[in-house]
Amino acid sequence: MSTSVERFDEKARRKFSRHGQTVVHRGELLRHPVYTRVLHWVVALSFILSLLSGFAIYSPWLFRWLTPLFGGGPMTRFLHPWFGVAFDIAFFFQFLNWFAPMHWTRADRKWIREVKGYVTNKEALAPEDTGFFNGGQKLYFWTIVISAVLFLITGLLLWFDDVVARWLVAVSYVLHDIAALAMLAGFIIHIYEGTAAQPGTFQSMTDGTVTKEWAWTHHPAWYAEVTGRDPREDYERERRRLTEQQQAADDRERTDRN
Amino acid sequence: MDERTMQIQEISAHPGPVPGQGTQRAVEVCKYIDVTTCIGCKACEVACVEWNDHPFRETTFDDTYQTMPSTEWNYWNLIKFVEHERDGNLMWLMRKDQCMHCEDPGCLRACPADGAIIKYQNGIVDFQQDNCIGCGYCISGCPFDIPKFNPKTKKVFKCTLCSDRVGQGLEPACIKACPTGCLHFGTKSDMVQIARTRATQLQKESGFANAGVYDPQSIGGTHVIYVLHDITNPELYSGLPPNPTIPPAYTVWKWLAKPTGLLMAGLGLFAVFFHRLTVGPKMPQPEPEPVLTHQPDEVAAGRKEKP
Repeated sequence: MSTSVERFDEKARRKFSRHGQTVVHRGELLRHPVYTRVLHWVVALSFILSLLSGFAIYSPWLFRWLTPLFGGGPMTRFLHPWFGVAFDIAFFFQFLNWFAPMHWTRADRKWIREVKGYVTNKEALAPEDTGFFNGGQKLYFWTIVISAVLFLITGLLLWFDDVVARWLVAVSYVLHDIAALAMLAGFIIHIYEGTAAQPGTFQSMTDGTVTKEWAWTHHPAWYAEVTGRDPREDYERERRRLTEQQQAADDRERTDRN
Repeated sequence: MDERTMQIQEISAHPGPVPGQGTQRAVEVCKYIDVTTCIGCKACEVACVEWNDHPFRETTFDDTYQTMPSTEWNYWNLIKFVEHERDGNLMWLMRKDQCMHCEDPGCLRACPADGAIIKYQNGIVDFQQDNCIGCGYCISGCPFDIPKFNPKTKKVFKCTLCSDRVGQGLEPACIKACPTGCLHFGTKSDMVQIARTRATQLQKESGFANAGVYDPQSIGGTHVIYVLHDITNPELYSGLPPNPTIPPAYTVWKWLAKPTGLLMAGLGLFAVFFHRLTVGPKMPQPEPEPVLTHQPDEVAAGRKEKP
């Protein structure tokens, strides 16, 4: 990505941080500056509105439940494309903002391969090379990028269907749905991981900070980068020490019994 | 209430069948259009506009007798004029274009709004503009390009087969106005019968060996049928599709994949909920005491602000 984009993002972050502030307490680390948080919630709000108004039109079973939220069927139909436009614009800026840290690396490939350990909580700590974002977060990000582009193209075709060929509208209809379902799947996981599944994560998007424990547990490589220390080694040493101690205690017990 | 609902269905302690059973004629209605006897007088167009109280709208002149290029949201009935050469002679093909009232209506399949499009038992497909949300999916679901959008009211309109007249036992306005008898209205079976007889007559007596009835079975038949000089080439009559179909997006996708998608979303929520109950959260682990000589906070002072 060109440096002009980076300059723009830097400027935006500076400007937003002047108006809103992030208080980093002792034992905490700054995770998301004000600019990122504002973007995130604008994207979130416009997405939720698009999702609810879209689902009303998507399914006959939800039509009567969801259209009243937006003032009836015709109003839902009228608002949905504008929610979508808001989502696409907001996400475009988030895309620029996060393009660099979302770069796909070897660590992410590894993370995806070892996703089973992550889901089953086998490992208390994230893999050592997990950076600012883990592979799952990046996968979700790129799903949104693809979906957002699909939403925009097919959405415009559906919106201006009077000037578009009949079959193109029908194809757009299917692709728009698929993009929505893909995003919905990620959305459910995203909300779960950001709240109930990982305590301490939600405050990174509200207050902008995380505890150091959180950081070194879930994003060790990022932790090492910003603090300049890698507690992983200490942790492993400590764990080895504890295991040896335990081993010794067990051995002693066994000899005593004999 | 419809008289049919008061017909006796079962009788207690009655030997033999219920008297009068099976004598009721088919309730499906049908409009018969004999393209070969249409003279293009446009009386049906005027009758349609008058009965439905539409204003006479502006038209485009494009070197043809056709009133306007296509049907409009407030112009539901249009004679399409086609100049065709057959065996060195000019043939003027005039086809009355309007909603075909399909047995399997693509508009109804595509519509996402509850109650915006209904199909009566008699086969009439009717739009209920009160429930229409103006998304225009019906337009892309229709194989005949009939529903038209009114940009001002943001509602879609089309021919109703004069459901308001038919409900009162009257024939549609266009039928009433036709001076040549090329239009008829009655039960589907009767109209198909008349059409077949007419097609046979055309084949045997008028030298149109390919004459036939247009009642496309690819959408389960229509409640408006044509007698054509040449059934093998319906496209000739201003693009009448030989095998009209509904886009699979509105049949396969909508009725199979949509419930599946919703189910998957529901299962996703379910899975997440039970993941929390069984596997539980991932807690931040206590940091081990650093063995290093310097404190991490000293280093942290030099940290960069990153997104």
